Amino acid sequence: MMTKMVLNKDSMRIEREQDVVPFRNRVREFAVKIGMGIVNQTKLITAASELVRNMLKYAGGGAVLIEAISQGRETGIRLTFEDKGPGIGDIALAMKDGYSSGKSLGIGLPGTKRLVNEFDIKSKTGEGTTVSIVKWKNG
Amino acid sequence: MERIPILRMGHFLLVTIQIDLYDRLATNLEADLVQMVNRTGARGVLIDISALNIVDSFMGRILGNIGSMSKIMDAETVVVGMQPAVAITLIELGLELKGVHTALNVEKGMELLKQKIGPAEASDEDDDEDGTE
Repeated sequence: MMTKMVLNKDSMRIEREQDVVPFRNRVREFAVKIGMGIVNQTKLITAASELVRNMLKYAGGGAVLIEAISQGRETGIRLTFEDKGPGIGDIALAMKDGYSSGKSLGIGLPGTKRLVNEFDIKSKTGEGTTVSIVKWKNG
Repeated sequence: MERIPILRMGHFLLVTIQIDLYDRLATNLEADLVQMVNRTGARGVLIDISALNIVDSFMGRILGNIGSMSKIMDAETVVVGMQPAVAITLIELGLELKGVHTALNVEKGMELLKQKIGPAEASDEDDDEDGTE
């Protein structure tokens, strides 16, 4: 597999619900800059919005790294959400359609995964969760 | 505190969402709309989301809640003006807007609402056209 090169990056702290909209706008700026089309932009930002809300709800916030990346001829956006919350005990269960421990619609993680090209989640109970997604410009 | 304005037009309430809602604003809108339906006896709620670039599951839930609450108060809800990219994303995300009707634009939405509440009531709309308080 080809390695991913980072072209440009920025990080943001997410602590309150008011941080969600500026964060989405920042992701949009990154996506527009690499020339991502409107449908892929919308999918990426919706996925970002779902993940950032999860982070606020379950972990009380965290940090997000926004990166413009390239791999071979492809360019894309990678977002990494890192929190120090309670962690997810059973990731396989959390990724199942229709499952939710919170008051959301239960489409959070699996729905979000469908919107992006790469989805990676790591979690340790009591230590936190890291979710990383990639949306390619032409993905 | 910031609020989304709700306009009354005959038997209907009109809401245009022009900014990305944050959670507090969205839940306020939910409460305001239901109270307004109660106070005015409105039979229909029209929500224009043509300015929204994103509808995530939170926003979807707010729209669904407004639909269900209005239904209990005997009012129909129609969401109009969804951007094509938003529609594509919603389906892939797995979010169906249950409990709300949808229409392409405000005009078609108004027609739909008039059909839903029946011709008899739609025609006596003139009675209280200026009946805002």
